[in-house]
Amino acid sequence: MSVTILIPTALRSFVDRKSEVEVEGGTVGEALANLAAEYPDLKHQIYEDDVKLRGFVNIFVDGTNIKKLNGLETVVAAGATVMLVPAIAGGC
Amino acid sequence: MLKLTSQIEEEIRKAGAEAYPNECCGILIGSEEDGTHVVKALKPIDNARESGEQYHRFLITAEEMMQAELEVRRLGLEIIGFYHSHPDHPARPSDYDRDHALPFYSYIILRVAEGRSDMMTCWRLQTSREAFDSEPFEVQP
Repeated sequence: MSVTILIPTALRSFVDRKSEVEVEGGTVGEALANLAAEYPDLKHQIYEDDVKLRGFVNIFVDGTNIKKLNGLETVVAAGATVMLVPAIAGGC
Repeated sequence: MLKLTSQIEEEIRKAGAEAYPNECCGILIGSEEDGTHVVKALKPIDNARESGEQYHRFLITAEEMMQAELEVRRLGLEIIGFYHSHPDHPARPSDYDRDHALPFYSYIILRVAEGRSDMMTCWRLQTSREAFDSEPFEVQP
């Protein structure tokens, strides 16, 4: 089934400047894997290795953080909106 | 290059002074025009770090970022960067800033010295993530 992935500005240069991308996937993990397969340069930016997302990358499905759901195994319905969201930190 | 108005610059300076001795933080909203970031509005964010750490750390949670992202998309704008203050520290990025930054975004850093806003600088992280480059900025009336 097709889901929409919203891309934050910092990562758009890796997906041909698109702000959103349609991909197939029954779970969040599948949808992200398909996104990474379609845009290999993005994969290095969001994954630490083949399966683990980088620490700053957060994923929301229809407004809910997947940490509160079932992680990458979270099932996505057709037409769901998946957001890649970076958490921002810093200091002196 | 980053462009902002004198009013927006003043808002950042005021936020830095008001948060002292803690760090302020917020989101730069605007657009990218031929590689230049044009700031059109600020979204001040409550520093989400533990109160005892806010004197040298800031955090914008994923939930805040998600809400901001939806908001700016509705307005047809983009998140183009962030600002934060360095209380009684130089206005240059720390190793901690580098470890937690992303390429593309503009990072404004405001030094606040003994409660008064001081030097303001702007930076972009290199794609290699090895260092920040100083980003020139232009304040327009």
